[in-house]
Amino acid sequence: MNIAVPNSYRTGPDEKGLFGIYGGRFVAETLMPLILELEQAYKDAKADPAFQAELDSFLEHYVGRPSPLYFAERLTEHLGGAKIYFKRDELNHTGAHKINNVMGQILLARRMGKTRIIAETGAGQHGVATATACARFGLKCIVYMGEVDIERQKPNVFRMKLLGAEVVPALSGSRTLKDALNEALRDWVANVEDTFYCIGTVAGPHPYPAMVRDFQAVIGVETKKQMMAREGRLPNSLVAAIGGGSNAMGLFHPFLDDKDVEIYGVEAAGLGLNTGKHAASITGGKPGVLHGNRTYLLQDDDGQIIEAHSISAGLDYPGIGPEHSWLHDMKRVNYVSATDAEALEAFQLCCKLEGIIPALEPSHALAQVIKLAPKKPKDHLMVMNMCGRGDKDIFTVAAHLGVKL
Amino acid sequence: MTTRIEKRFAELKQQGRAALVTFVTAGDPDYATSLEIIKGLPKAGADLIEFGMPFTDPMADGPAIQAAGLRALKAGQTTKKTLQMVREFRKEDDATPVVLMGYYNPLYAYGVERFLADAKAAGVDGLIIVDLPPEEDDELCIPAMKAGMNFIRLATPTTDDKRAPTVLKNTSGFVYYVSVLGITGTKTPDLASVKANVTRLKKHTSLPIAVGFGVKSADQARVIARDADGVVVGSALVNAVRDTLDGDGRPTARTVPAVHGLVRDIARGVGSKAA
Repeated sequence: MNIAVPNSYRTGPDEKGLFGIYGGRFVAETLMPLILELEQAYKDAKADPAFQAELDSFLEHYVGRPSPLYFAERLTEHLGGAKIYFKRDELNHTGAHKINNVMGQILLARRMGKTRIIAETGAGQHGVATATACARFGLKCIVYMGEVDIERQKPNVFRMKLLGAEVVPALSGSRTLKDALNEALRDWVANVEDTFYCIGTVAGPHPYPAMVRDFQAVIGVETKKQMMAREGRLPNSLVAAIGGGSNAMGLFHPFLDDKDVEIYGVEAAGLGLNTGKHAASITGGKPGVLHGNRTYLLQDDDGQIIEAHSISAGLDYPGIGPEHSWLHDMKRVNYVSATDAEALEAFQLCCKLEGIIPALEPSHALAQVIKLAPKKPKDHLMVMNMCGRGDKDIFTVAAHLGVKL
Repeated sequence: MTTRIEKRFAELKQQGRAALVTFVTAGDPDYATSLEIIKGLPKAGADLIEFGMPFTDPMADGPAIQAAGLRALKAGQTTKKTLQMVREFRKEDDATPVVLMGYYNPLYAYGVERFLADAKAAGVDGLIIVDLPPEEDDELCIPAMKAGMNFIRLATPTTDDKRAPTVLKNTSGFVYYVSVLGITGTKTPDLASVKANVTRLKKHTSLPIAVGFGVKSADQARVIARDADGVVVGSALVNAVRDTLDGDGRPTARTVPAVHGLVRDIARGVGSKAA
């Protein structure tokens, strides 16, 4: 297939919410008027300097931005190649990048006069971020979470409850993130008047993929500025983990038109791509329609969705944001994968060498850094998005290492 | 070209009564039982038949239809088998309209052009695809119309006067009014609001309007049938299947009669002679 190189990779989506053939608005009619209302409200907010000023103020004083760009010196020495930087989004309030998007959406919900917030969560990071912002603004918060994830992310479930949120288990299907999304959509259909659906990743019906990307793009915008200040030039490569793909899109998007910057998105290969037990939608899936958008999905020949598997609850999703699907087809971003075992190894290495306990999600990105950095020269600048901290994962990791806590 | 759906609604209008539209999930609890259920529906009083096409992630459905879909998938139901079921039904009944209802991905995976050709050949008259709003009409709605099939749209309580023309523009066959804000089979429709909304929608369209989501009894059907051109019953039938399965989820001698019995009962509500 011949692919025409566009003048810019940053102009999407079009007015129908499409990135190439991906994206769109595949929702039940009940939701359509709400989605159109949201699109208009977001357009208005984006054009209002007061909205951006309010968001910037909360990002600085409440979230703690900008997050540092940290030179991982010992990891760099250990791998003996590229100069590795971590974008430290795990230092944000609530411990992950999720809060960047949540602050934006909650301020928008307030602008729209919505009083009840619903969210889905996998690892619990988006749920915690949403519960946090709702507590801050006195909004009712309901978080849908797969029953399986509730079990493996207990600390985050307790956190959400402390913050005043109601955590509702998703009992259908695989009882993980995709089912939590189904339940949240079902809730939204039943409560259209007062409810705002705060989606946690760059997926769902238009305008969510573009809106969440815009709120997360602060990661890449800061990285660009910080790297210029530190090294006087742009990085040579970017690496980020991908479940739905919001931390990755946030880092990548501001760099998409810097054509010399190599970009790597790392999917979760679970037990291995050839075992069928993975969450690598691009590497192991094909285009389909789920949760409001067309994108790469894990599915069987009959179009039934296949359950994803990953050690990381945040990556355990059978789809990926539609803009990633497009960037894959356009060959602008390289989509690779890392297994559970590789992520676990990277997790431990990072703890020992850098004194940073990474979440299992960015541990997948680290696994790619470990593969890639040694092949690059010493003046190659590599940025990895440390999108979450690993406190929530110590029980999972302990179990895999055979340690009883 | 007149479809079986258009013909059926015209006949019922002459008879002066509303249509009973029955929904069952194709392949629930297994292929053979499901086919037996479907074959007996017209005799029990169904005027139109909707075959639910099972999907792993039915985001607009409540627990009853979710569970039915999973039972069917577990028993090996596929889009191909659903079309095979329509072919077998058509051998005995060439008059009762058949509508396939479901989600887009299984059809997208099948291939839209191929699906439309196979469905048409099998004797399918219309499609209701929950996650294809008018904004995505190019995907399936327009090709289906070109293939001579009705594309039936859901109108909902959020379909206000401003939205209605968009929803109704490429709708044909009939309009499916979703009587509650929410998923299938969970809430009971507020009959006064159904009446008001059906009356309002009628100002926008001359198509028949069938009302569904949450209809469980002959009494509800009777009241709805006063204002609407059709009444859809789904979750209640699917629950009749569930309630008659044995401990291992297998059908019993009661399964098929239970569904047909409920259809006969509700058919009385719309004044069907078959009942």
